[in-house]
Amino acid sequence: MSKQEKKEATLLQNNTYLPEEKQYNTLNLGPTHPATHGIFQNVLKMDGEKIYSGEPTIGYIHRAFEKLAEHRPYYQITPITDRLNYCSSPINNMGWHITMERLLNIETPKKVDYMRVIIMELARIADHLICNSVLAVDTGALTGFLYIFQQREKIYEIYEEICGARLTTNIGRIGGFERDFNDITYKKIERFLQEFPEVLGEFERLVSRNRIFMDRTINVGAITAERALSYGFTGPNLRACGVDYDVRVFSSYSSYEDFDFIIPIGTNGDTYDRYCVRSTEMWESLKMIKYAMDNMPTGSHHADVPAFYLPPKLDVYNSMEALIWHFKIVMGEVDVPKGEIYSPVEGGNGELGFYLISDGGRLPYRLHFRRPCFIYYQAYPEMIQGQLLSDAIVTMSSLNVIAGELDA
Amino acid sequence: MSLTNEIVLKALIDQFGEHIKDPTEPYTMLTITIPASQNVPILSWLRDHRDFQFVFLTDLCGVHYPANGGLELAVIYHLHSFIHNYRMRIKAFVSSLNPEIPTITEIYASANWMERETYDFFGIRFKGHPQLKRILNMDDMNYFPMLKQYPLEDQLREDKEDKFFGR
Amino acid sequence: MAEAPASLDGLGYTLTSYDKVVGLARAHSLWPLPFATSCCGIEFMATMGSNYDLGRFGSERLSFSPRQADLLMVMGTIAKKMAPVLRQVYLQMAEPRWVLSVGACACSGGIFDTYSVLQGIDQVIPVDVYVPGCPPRPEQIIQGILQIQELVKNESLMRRKSEVYKELLNKYGIE
Repeated sequence: MSKQEKKEATLLQNNTYLPEEKQYNTLNLGPTHPATHGIFQNVLKMDGEKIYSGEPTIGYIHRAFEKLAEHRPYYQITPITDRLNYCSSPINNMGWHITMERLLNIETPKKVDYMRVIIMELARIADHLICNSVLAVDTGALTGFLYIFQQREKIYEIYEEICGARLTTNIGRIGGFERDFNDITYKKIERFLQEFPEVLGEFERLVSRNRIFMDRTINVGAITAERALSYGFTGPNLRACGVDYDVRVFSSYSSYEDFDFIIPIGTNGDTYDRYCVRSTEMWESLKMIKYAMDNMPTGSHHADVPAFYLPPKLDVYNSMEALIWHFKIVMGEVDVPKGEIYSPVEGGNGELGFYLISDGGRLPYRLHFRRPCFIYYQAYPEMIQGQLLSDAIVTMSSLNVIAGELDA
Repeated sequence: MSLTNEIVLKALIDQFGEHIKDPTEPYTMLTITIPASQNVPILSWLRDHRDFQFVFLTDLCGVHYPANGGLELAVIYHLHSFIHNYRMRIKAFVSSLNPEIPTITEIYASANWMERETYDFFGIRFKGHPQLKRILNMDDMNYFPMLKQYPLEDQLREDKEDKFFGR
Repeated sequence: MAEAPASLDGLGYTLTSYDKVVGLARAHSLWPLPFATSCCGIEFMATMGSNYDLGRFGSERLSFSPRQADLLMVMGTIAKKMAPVLRQVYLQMAEPRWVLSVGACACSGGIFDTYSVLQGIDQVIPVDVYVPGCPPRPEQIIQGILQIQELVKNESLMRRKSEVYKELLNKYGIE
């Protein structure tokens, strides 16, 4: 480039220069694209392979969850929360039940908390498995994906044993669980704890120190900690930038303070750090599940809250109050006290918050989901500026953007 | 030094006086109401305060209270200070006839899309926003769907009869 | 066990009609276009995985380009914003093309009876097989593919040029 051109060129964050506007071409990384896992669109302005700017468009799967929640009684909102981050739907369900319990000041027994931790950590493993294996697929390594999905089937089998569904689980009740885990569930969890470390180790040996993977992901899609905090990053993406914020520690819920786990953080905030943080979190989740299984307390699998927890069928047939409670709960006629609460949980992607305003009736007055994907995806154009197109694809995969949570 | 609701409330009242109204503590989270025109000074003071350091905007959403005469639309900010692990909530009300409030995109970059979503759902206009247009709904939609007077279902659908669905 | 076609055992030749041979070839080598939007897309990924392998049925090569695909599998909720995109992808496919609608949201809007969700993709494109479920189990998705294979095997070669088919497309505004 001549000196004149260089003066008029713009300096990007990684010290490259791009020429002026009229030399760009526009590429539509459209809503239907094999590498965008989910449907969102990016219109990229590019100079050859280098990206100058990107303009994201979302809303292609807007299902109006917040309006829908204003017309459904409290138990019918659980299937809606399932479909937020559908790769780890038990976490969303537990988050909603914990929000209701905080609103109603219900204290759950320790056994319920430990059961919830097991399910939430299994869901977190499932979510990170998808993200890491699909990140490997986007760099060209398909084998890891097939091995890892076999392990996701094992997690699905555990969910099926507990609640009957594989993916959109609708697990649990306000105050606990509908039944205790049976013996088969415990056996399946133990077998998972024995078999999974081998497979995860194999996947990591294939990918983590692989020359090609490291070249594709180191220094790609980096973001500094200050920009990440300003953009509202949470979860593994923020931890990869070096900030150790984890809702399980800061606003502890469900007896997480009994568990001993490390919060992995990265240094650069690039794709490789995000991969490593998720990988380490999976090992930590395994440790937590093992601890919960070894130290499972005895006690009831639900809190004593007849207004929200279905009474046993024998009581329904024999006692008048149980019959009335059963009717009221099933028809959604239970009134919830007036109040407003914001209740966060640590989802697979970060802080999933439920802001619930109740006006004393049977339906919520306003329910707002603080969805982590929606908030951190705003930073995507800044992260890919000056990078190549294939780096943009890899960055998008490593951010783990789930379309259901993006649009809600 | 750990923050409590009293310390923060006292500091806010000392600095901003009569702008801080209705302090309550539902479920131990300090909630205050501020006038809509003062949101930028108050939020930037909270972010840059040497001790408090509310560096994180957790959430920004809107609520519609049709029964509140004159102040029907509310914008709710949730702030979080990591250093002290302290959260608080700030509410600002605007009227539905002229729903305008300054943007806080300069203070927190995450407010950009959250304000677009609030505009898309409630019609609250954020003055000074770099790109205030619809984000989740279709661009040619001519009403703001989350307002209480609009129904949930699409009224033009033919295959679902309301009488079978109890509506 | 599936039965081999007659010409593979015995004398090595068989007397049949052209459309049966073409139907057999097409049915066992359908190239799907996975139009995965939401949760059903994850169940599709599980179906393509090694436990419920869809590749056994000939659908090993996924095509993300509509020009090279036979079968459009719409999996997940289609919002009204996405409907023109879906229609454009359908129009870009070359005949013969089939559409499989997977999941309650694609069949009829599912649990989302809201202002922003299209209540079923058959409002915009013609559908051949519907697979209900929320999300459907992988076995159900495979059953849907098998039904599509039956349709493909028994389809007459003149179907795409017939009046009935043209009328069907005209109902959707497709020329």
